[in-house]
Amino acid sequence: MGKRTVLGAAAILLVIAAAYASFYVAPEERTMGVLQRIFYFHAASAWAGMDAFVICFLCDLLYVWKRKEKYDWLAVSSAEVGLVFTTVVLITGPIWAKPAWGIWWTWDARLTSTFVLWLLYVSYLLLRTLIEEPNRRALLSSLFGIFAFIDVPLVFGAIRWWRTQHPAPVIMGGPNSGLEPTMAKVFYFSVLAMHVLMIFLVIERYIIEKMKHEVDILQREAEA
Amino acid sequence: MSLLPNTATLLGKELRTEFRSRELLTTTGVFILIVLVLFSFAINPGTEEARQFAPGLLWLAILFAASLMFQSCFLREQANDTLSSLRLAVSDPFAIFLAKLGANTLFLLLTELLMLPFFAIFYNISLGAKLPVLVLVLFTGSLGIAIAGTAISAISAQARMRELLLPLLLLPLLTPVLVVSSLVTASLLDRDSIVLWKGIGFLAVFDLIFLTALWLFGEYLLEE
Repeated sequence: MGKRTVLGAAAILLVIAAAYASFYVAPEERTMGVLQRIFYFHAASAWAGMDAFVICFLCDLLYVWKRKEKYDWLAVSSAEVGLVFTTVVLITGPIWAKPAWGIWWTWDARLTSTFVLWLLYVSYLLLRTLIEEPNRRALLSSLFGIFAFIDVPLVFGAIRWWRTQHPAPVIMGGPNSGLEPTMAKVFYFSVLAMHVLMIFLVIERYIIEKMKHEVDILQREAEA
Repeated sequence: MSLLPNTATLLGKELRTEFRSRELLTTTGVFILIVLVLFSFAINPGTEEARQFAPGLLWLAILFAASLMFQSCFLREQANDTLSSLRLAVSDPFAIFLAKLGANTLFLLLTELLMLPFFAIFYNISLGAKLPVLVLVLFTGSLGIAIAGTAISAISAQARMRELLLPLLLLPLLTPVLVVSSLVTASLLDRDSIVLWKGIGFLAVFDLIFLTALWLFGEYLLEE
């Protein structure tokens, strides 16, 4: 219990500190002004979400290989948390895009692949709700998770290649192309904060999943 | 090396089952026809833009048709639990997948070729000399759809709401195929037609990656 409280407190404090740093420590960006500050939140969430999906993929592989329930619990936990972070990315993106580009959404490679990624993991979680038997659910969702993760680079490659065929209506400069040193520090600090938050949430979700499993066993024993 | 003879026998079985009734081919063919006609109501088919949209619409129709067509490929085995007998009969379960995806590719390609004249007439597109390359694009694209579709239909057949689940899992996974094959077909059927070999290569890479994934993980999809 102690360790979890410490980690939770650390996550909250780090996120608050990162928010403070992105508003007051990071210098104002020349062309976008205050608007640019959403990036510390937006891009850091994207990195944390991506890493949660990487954890999910590794757990999927480990489940298929070792067949230990704990990998399945960790896979579903990280998929859910990754989906939350990706949702944050998809919400904060348009908030920035509307004043910066004048439109909420554009079918740019990065936006579109993030959206497809989001859809794939929504399907992954939906699949899990539609299989009753725990071992079958774990195995089949692991396999779908593996296929989905393999698909992600293909989705990105396909869309980016397709974009270069049709010039983008809005030119987007990479936020990292020559990041100012203080900005870089604040950005990496935000990335760290979001990762600690992500790990904290995954662990909490994992414990819930484990408890669910124990309740299931108790229920079955009571019925027998 | 019993993989190839086993696959050939199983493929023969799949083809015999289908050609006895030709249910899949006729229903899917009519389905594509209906979708193509419905698209013509949603957009004005006489305009120049419609000619550019048409290949994308064709691929969308193929994608939807495939997600309907592949439903039965593993469900068919469930009625008399013939899948367990199949698994016992062959040493390598990959042969079952190879046979099923071979049959699926063949059926899909056959319906496409049957529908192609209607498509050309409805959307005023002359195929002529472009036909061999077009068939190549249809083949590489449909192979990708069939590989992913066969794998996912093995998953969805074991879940509840399977009729809805298959398109839900499959369609986001096939985004790369839709993006690239629409573009390749569009530039091929354009007035100054260009063959985008890079796109066809991409489709082949997609096929290869998913075929490898199916080869590695296929046997787990069929576990009892």
